[in-house]
Amino acid sequence: MAGNNTFYNEILTDHNMNPVHKHTIEGANMELEGVNPSCGDDIVLSLRVEDGKIVDGGYVGDGCAISQASADMMLDLVIGRSVEEAEHYADIFHRMITDEITEEEHEELEEAGILQDIRHMPARTKCAMLGWRTMNEMLTEDE
Amino acid sequence: MTKEDKLIRKEFPVFENRNVVYLDNSATTQKPPCVLKAVEDYYEKNNANPLRGLYELSIAATDAYEDARASVARFINAKESAEIIFTRNATESLNLLAFSYGMKFVNEGDEIILSVMEHHSNMLPWRQVAEMKGAKIVYLEPDQDGYLPAERLEEKITDRTKIVSLTQVSNVFGRENDVKKMAAIAHAHGAVFSCDGAQSVPHMKVDVQDLDVDFLSFSGHKMYAPMGIGVLYGKKAFLEAMPPFMYGGEMIEYVTLDRATYAEVPHKFEAGTVNVGGAIGLEAAIQFIERFGWETIEKREYDLTKRMMDGMKEIPHIHILGAENPEDHHGIVTFQIEGVHPHDVAAIFDSYHIAVRAGHHCAQPLHKFLGVMSTTRASLAFYNTEEEVDAFLDALAKIRPEMGYED
Repeated sequence: MAGNNTFYNEILTDHNMNPVHKHTIEGANMELEGVNPSCGDDIVLSLRVEDGKIVDGGYVGDGCAISQASADMMLDLVIGRSVEEAEHYADIFHRMITDEITEEEHEELEEAGILQDIRHMPARTKCAMLGWRTMNEMLTEDE
Repeated sequence: MTKEDKLIRKEFPVFENRNVVYLDNSATTQKPPCVLKAVEDYYEKNNANPLRGLYELSIAATDAYEDARASVARFINAKESAEIIFTRNATESLNLLAFSYGMKFVNEGDEIILSVMEHHSNMLPWRQVAEMKGAKIVYLEPDQDGYLPAERLEEKITDRTKIVSLTQVSNVFGRENDVKKMAAIAHAHGAVFSCDGAQSVPHMKVDVQDLDVDFLSFSGHKMYAPMGIGVLYGKKAFLEAMPPFMYGGEMIEYVTLDRATYAEVPHKFEAGTVNVGGAIGLEAAIQFIERFGWETIEKREYDLTKRMMDGMKEIPHIHILGAENPEDHHGIVTFQIEGVHPHDVAAIFDSYHIAVRAGHHCAQPLHKFLGVMSTTRASLAFYNTEEEVDAFLDALAKIRPEMGYED
């Protein structure tokens, strides 16, 4: 068989196998469950937001490597940032998965940018989006 | 490839057109040109609206359609053609049965017996009927390895049981239920027995008179026929007692503004213009199966299943659902890889051009019962080859390492 070219690169598998943020956090003041019913991805995302800033965040749950790693990379990016910045990243991420983004925007996403190729796999975009969608829902509902 | 492989592969041009190891045959099979040609021939030579036209071309279409019905009747050894109702697929067959027979004969306090390993299509229609009629669904539970002894039906059945509807071969375990024995138990308690043959009819000789099932549902597209044609077999006396399921054209004998008498079976159940091309495709698929013969088909599918399961046992962290013996799998091998989500498994297989199914295979209650969220399924047809099974095994061995595990 020909060699394969999956998007399961080292960065993604590492975030899946050794997640940094897959745990509950102390003093969370926002919490929301995000579910993809058709595939069973299921996470509970918690944030601690103080004065418009995401001070801490974590998630627990089950799901495919893409859903879990994507949530982990997202928290890497948004912890320590303002709510506006987090929403801005979520917007870029969503456009990256569904459409096109500029090179500058791609750089803004840091490691999460490696999930760009998911847009060629329509069945998996909802896996990549799970964490981001959940965070966005939580933050916008709070406004 | 063996000589026999080549002979069979010649019948499936998709494998020349596409670089794919196709192991999702329980979902749908590929189609041989003889089937497609039969459909094309019909539309090129005999197409008209059947059963109603009073001219030669329509009579030719009617004959072609009714010949196809007779071929299906012969294929499953029905007593007569009128016992064959053409539907879109097994799902429609089961819905027809539930909403016609079920709604008429199930009353408040009655019971319908199913098993937890049923496909959603042999579960949800019955639950709907039970809800509307105030009846109760009673579930049979298989062992963890998929074995469902007929005695378990004996334990649960009561005189309130009106219908027993069970699959002949589970689409997750691939294991065959002893439906002959189960049908006899149902009959002894005055219940009717409906058999879901979606995964059995494509892989083994199914003889409705020998099994003595009252109803049998199956799909054409899982047995080399086009999508959009399926069958509900029913014993004639039952079909005659059942009200129509859909109402409309060509299913009435006489209609006035406030009254209608319905056509005889099977036409009573085939409202509207029917899928003649599909029925003819199914007939051609039956001839295709008969040309190779069950002996060849079953032997090849067994050998491939055995090779696959033997190979999988050599790879660490793989758990196969169901029986140990490949004979109890009928080409279906559902499994889990420790630590890797089935959707990731399927995506990695896809990167090697291998098509497998991941998820709950429309059997969510079964997965819940087994305590697993979802699984991966490889399912074989007789056109698969040893080389393809080996490619599957090679890719399987690479999945955990690719996901960052050491073995």
